[in-house]
Amino acid sequence: MNITSLINSLPGACAQGLIWGIMAIGVYITYKILDLADLTVDGTMCTGGAVCVMLLMAGFPVPLALAGAFGAGMLAGLATGIFHTVMGIPAILAGILSQLGLYSINLRIMGSKANQAISVDKYNLLVSLRYIKNVAFYKNTIFVAVVFIVVIVALLYWFFGTELGCAIRATGSNPNMSRAQGINTNVSKIIGLMLSNGIVALSSGLYAQYQGFADVNMGRGAIVIGLAAVIIGDVLLGKFTKNFASKLAAVAAGAIVYYLVLQVVLWLGLNTNDLKLLSALVVAVFLALPYMKKQYFQKNVSKGGGSRA
Amino acid sequence: MLKLVDIRKTFNPGTVNEKKALNGLNLTLKEGDFVTVIGGNGAGKSTMLNAIAGVWPVDEGEILIDGINVTKLSEHKRAKYLGRVFQDPMTGTAATMEIEENMALAARRGLRRTLKSGINEAERERYKEKLKILDLGLEDRLTAKVGLLSGGQRQALTLLMATLTKPKVLLLDEHTAALDPKTAAKVLTATDKIIERDHLTAIMITHNMKDAIAHGNRLIMMHEGRIIYDVEGEEKKKLHVSDLLSKFEQASGGEFANDRMMLN
Repeated sequence: MNITSLINSLPGACAQGLIWGIMAIGVYITYKILDLADLTVDGTMCTGGAVCVMLLMAGFPVPLALAGAFGAGMLAGLATGIFHTVMGIPAILAGILSQLGLYSINLRIMGSKANQAISVDKYNLLVSLRYIKNVAFYKNTIFVAVVFIVVIVALLYWFFGTELGCAIRATGSNPNMSRAQGINTNVSKIIGLMLSNGIVALSSGLYAQYQGFADVNMGRGAIVIGLAAVIIGDVLLGKFTKNFASKLAAVAAGAIVYYLVLQVVLWLGLNTNDLKLLSALVVAVFLALPYMKKQYFQKNVSKGGGSRA
Repeated sequence: MLKLVDIRKTFNPGTVNEKKALNGLNLTLKEGDFVTVIGGNGAGKSTMLNAIAGVWPVDEGEILIDGINVTKLSEHKRAKYLGRVFQDPMTGTAATMEIEENMALAARRGLRRTLKSGINEAERERYKEKLKILDLGLEDRLTAKVGLLSGGQRQALTLLMATLTKPKVLLLDEHTAALDPKTAAKVLTATDKIIERDHLTAIMITHNMKDAIAHGNRLIMMHEGRIIYDVEGEEKKKLHVSDLLSKFEQASGGEFANDRMMLN
């Protein structure tokens, strides 16, 4: 229990949180804006990294490799969108199907290997574990990730203010009303899913560079981390986030908090194997809170409700 | 303006819950017709509006709006011809979006949604003017979330959105039924005002027979998925609630005039 070891690990946790914050922004699009729980992201959180690493190894520059990751994620979102809208499969199941299918696809992308390493010594990577300390600020992974988040938030802020973006928001808010106003809700959902998975895959591409490898299991439970970030951001900063851009920023902040807390509980001696259980429980509690609050409130009303009825 | 030819729709065919909701429905509306629709529960009133709006495909028959056959068009494609207000005030607006955003969505009904800004300054001014007609003080709350409005305010806003771009047919599905009497009267007055001002063709379902007589130039009564009584002009104006009740009884052998009808 050495406090310096904790302090030393915090910048890394912060960088990891920022990269996962990008992923969580992707989750926000489906979970909050479209009102869909999209489990595809567990698959895309590996696909992006796999595509990025393989492209880098084939000699492509980082921007192209990341663009490739983004495109691959969009294709995964398209698949889920088609399952859900054209084929009428419930959104959760559509996501699970894509996620399972992606497992095989991810292995194929990585040349039938469970992981592919990419050394920061051999390749000119954009972010890395090694770029946390003792590097110029513009090379620092924390700085790079923040720039990514600022640009993505700005682009999304613009997009969801356009006619098309408004139509997507309306679809999530009230699909019946949207159709009555001439919005093709299926198209809205597909675009939202593609955008969301594209952003998740981009985050995955960065994360693979950061850890120096892509692994077929790197996306396992990603949706839970994404949801945790969305919920933590909302609980901690919900009061201050009135406009859309600040809400997205809060999601990224939520991811950082998640990783910082994780670092602390690990430092306190929690077994790494128990992490996923802890994450699942934390998210379950936060998801349950609004429901339990309501139940409790209703009980109160029924007890003393005579005068109100 | 609107023509329904022998429309048939059966829900849950082949099961114990089979229900012939529309059973050879024929209706032709002239331009500027304002038709009120009455009938008991399950007569097919809302089903008729849903068939026109394309919520689901009909089994048989044809729907023509202004000469265009829309029978096979999906709901969102037909939307450009139609304005709709629903019974449930929650249905017609997006609660998590602002008043002006909701109106901007409605203003683009039937247009391609592009990457242009979702709302511009000139629109805001126009919406403010439109909201003033409602006399609910909404013109000063353009950026308020619609979820914060009362049922009556939401219903009035939905009405405004439905008529923001002139619809070929305005469909009102008991749009005042969920409101308190005072608010209902206010929304009905606004409805009359807008229909008259824009010379709209409209269909209004109501459970209130007095309203059915007082509003519009034509009245139809539905029973078991078809129209059993159709009256317009001077003849309609002379109608009394008692006339309608006896018509009901004639058509259905008494069971028609249920409690809900009597209360009104």
